[in-house]
Amino acid sequence: MTQNAPTGRKMKGYSMPLFKLGKTHVPHRKNTADSMPVRMPPPAEVLIPTVMHIGAPATPIVAEGEPVFVGQKIAEAGGYVSAPIHASVSGTVKGIESIMRSDGRTVPAIRIESDGNMTPYKDLSVPAVTDFDSFSAAVRESGAVGLGGAGFPTSVKLDGEKKGLIRTVIINGAECEPYITSDTQTMLHDGADIYDGMMLLKRFISAEEFIIGVESNKQECINKLRLLFAEEESHDVKVVALPSTYPQGGEKILIYNLTGREVPEGKLPADAGCLVMNVTTLAFLGKYFRTGMPLVEKCVTVDGSAVLHPKNVIAPIGTPIEDVLAFAGGISDDVGKLLYGGPMMGIALHSIKDPILKTTNAVTVLNAKDALPKPTTPCIHCGRCVSACPMRLNPTQFSKALRLPSDEMVALLSEEKLGLCIECGCCSFVCPAGRPLVENNRIGKAKFKAALAANPVATGTAVKK
Amino acid sequence: MNKLIISSSPHLRSPLTTQRVMIDVLIALLPTTVAAVVLFRLEALWLILVCCITALATEALFQLAARREQTITDGSALITGLLVGLSLHANVPLWQAAVGTVFAIAVVKLCFGGLGKNFANPAITGRIFMLVAFAESAGGAYSHALVEEYKGIYPNHASVLASMATPLNKINDAGIGYLLCNECKAAGKTFCPEFLLDMFLGRGLCGGAIGEVCSLALLIGFAYLLIRRVISWHTPVTFIGTVFILSWILSGNLAYAVYYVFAGSLLIGAIFMATDYVTTPINKAGKLVFGFGCGLITVLIRFYGAYPEGVSFAILFMNILTPYIEKWTKARPLGAKRGGARK
Repeated sequence: MTQNAPTGRKMKGYSMPLFKLGKTHVPHRKNTADSMPVRMPPPAEVLIPTVMHIGAPATPIVAEGEPVFVGQKIAEAGGYVSAPIHASVSGTVKGIESIMRSDGRTVPAIRIESDGNMTPYKDLSVPAVTDFDSFSAAVRESGAVGLGGAGFPTSVKLDGEKKGLIRTVIINGAECEPYITSDTQTMLHDGADIYDGMMLLKRFISAEEFIIGVESNKQECINKLRLLFAEEESHDVKVVALPSTYPQGGEKILIYNLTGREVPEGKLPADAGCLVMNVTTLAFLGKYFRTGMPLVEKCVTVDGSAVLHPKNVIAPIGTPIEDVLAFAGGISDDVGKLLYGGPMMGIALHSIKDPILKTTNAVTVLNAKDALPKPTTPCIHCGRCVSACPMRLNPTQFSKALRLPSDEMVALLSEEKLGLCIECGCCSFVCPAGRPLVENNRIGKAKFKAALAANPVATGTAVKK
Repeated sequence: MNKLIISSSPHLRSPLTTQRVMIDVLIALLPTTVAAVVLFRLEALWLILVCCITALATEALFQLAARREQTITDGSALITGLLVGLSLHANVPLWQAAVGTVFAIAVVKLCFGGLGKNFANPAITGRIFMLVAFAESAGGAYSHALVEEYKGIYPNHASVLASMATPLNKINDAGIGYLLCNECKAAGKTFCPEFLLDMFLGRGLCGGAIGEVCSLALLIGFAYLLIRRVISWHTPVTFIGTVFILSWILSGNLAYAVYYVFAGSLLIGAIFMATDYVTTPINKAGKLVFGFGCGLITVLIRFYGAYPEGVSFAILFMNILTPYIEKWTKARPLGAKRGGARK
């Protein structure tokens, strides 16, 4: 398969757009880049929330005491923008309980006691696909959601194809967060899955170009992928080395850097002619259409200053983080913070018993020293946040708006386009004064929403002014 | 296990602090400070010490009286004090230097809420305050003893430049002839490399404030600030470039334009004062406009104004315009409608 050397065009890959976006250089800390994922033994029990995606909660279709098997559907998609959920272990449903998510929302979750056998569900079969509609339906049944972390249902993403919007398919292998290497593992070890997934997309999505974007700090992944797509029938798949800058893997940033197109405010990537899919999601699809096994497990990077032995672990979805950490080799006593995801965009958790979700690509545990907030001093208007913002926003204005009366706040926030903030964390990261800029943006978004709900007419005019 | 800390992302912060930024600015001012003491001896040393100590004491006492948190350790007061000192002439009485510093810190900075809240650059405003309040002191720059000593070292042009505030006085009053050494003048040349080099190094009797005469030291500081990414090139380069090009056009003489760049307080102003974070535009496009505006006003004052030097006034005027420049030059966010960024 290596006979056809990559063409010059393919090596060159792409041209950077004229105007570069803001960015920052975060430490990479990819300690686990060489850590081959290890599948952990089945945990004693799993707790699977019905919301592990963007959209409506899934509706449980199993009852207490019912036996379940790996891959068996236990919750049906609860709406159009939703995804079904499957049992990740074989065993018995212990009950459906209410758990509080890290964002304060209470959601139903299904608890399954494992029998330790990991028996697959007997009715699993390789989905038969003939056209786009059957492909899209099978993707929906697989439970696939954006595995990069956002969790947008994959089948809904494919809608752009039905509308004939998709010109470019972008596979996101940037993995720009510090510590996380789970996508790296996919690219290094699951080449066949990636290849199969890509062939499926090429068959059912009528796009002109197929691009895989990978940060240049993962040269080995880039080499492997280029080798993978060197064959005749796939040589139009471009593998592009992107600068290792944060947040290269942000969807809107990746689209702009690879195509020069902008996702219009309040719209989806499809409106910019793009379908963006995480490389692990793609690999999952490739595997699913070969084996019929839905999304039931996840490769999770376990790292951070309080982790004794950083490594990549494949864990059943719903496994308590506690069990994953124990399997990975434990954590030091000096724990300060526990995060879903990496340190830039990760969500701080209050309990070590919280489960691994479909979207969990890493568990980061920081020691007490690293968890301490940076001392906050007055804003000196230095502009580092403005230079670093990939969306070309001015974070100082958002923080200023929070101190204004409600109507003026709404006017300023909408004028400064707070809605475009992707909460990547660049502004807070670079701020020498340690200002809580991202936090303020989140508060601003909530206040903006509340003000609109309370007085849509008045704020509506304020927006138009 | 400890109690887990819950907070908003990001959970990783750069090690850079405001204090570290201020220390970098102080390091960048070090060559200029050393040059000032070497060129102007004890007079400069006393001026700098008085201004720095006054700045720190004023801030400490003000915060004490206002029952606010002590802020002198952030380094910003020291920078203001040092900049006020460096922008004074060597023969300014120490009490006047102290009064100017108190004005800069107490009135311009702390009355507006302290670091980050002032709309005008404290050092610039302090300098302008002194220019207006103590006009007589703005004259000769050297003690007589020093003039005699330098006359011995630089016999060629000492007689011409003995007691002027800045070479700009002489350029304005009598044209380029004053910027030539006796030999060049006799030979009928219009450009004297030796004099230009003296001006660049602050050697001899070029005259000017103690921190503005040595262009070399200022440029070393500029390089340091750029390397450490404390400032961007946008403001200084457009500021100096605008002055250079406009001087060239208005005078019709390239040599003249070169002198205009190295004379007076253009470099110290463009590098250390027009790049003050608090009082200048936050965005790059804004910095370009700010630099151009500063250059334009500087040239207009130098050529047509009553004062020989216009850098301070130019920066102060542009400080006032800063909020508007930011508004006019706002970038269009990624994905926002074209032309829709403004109301």
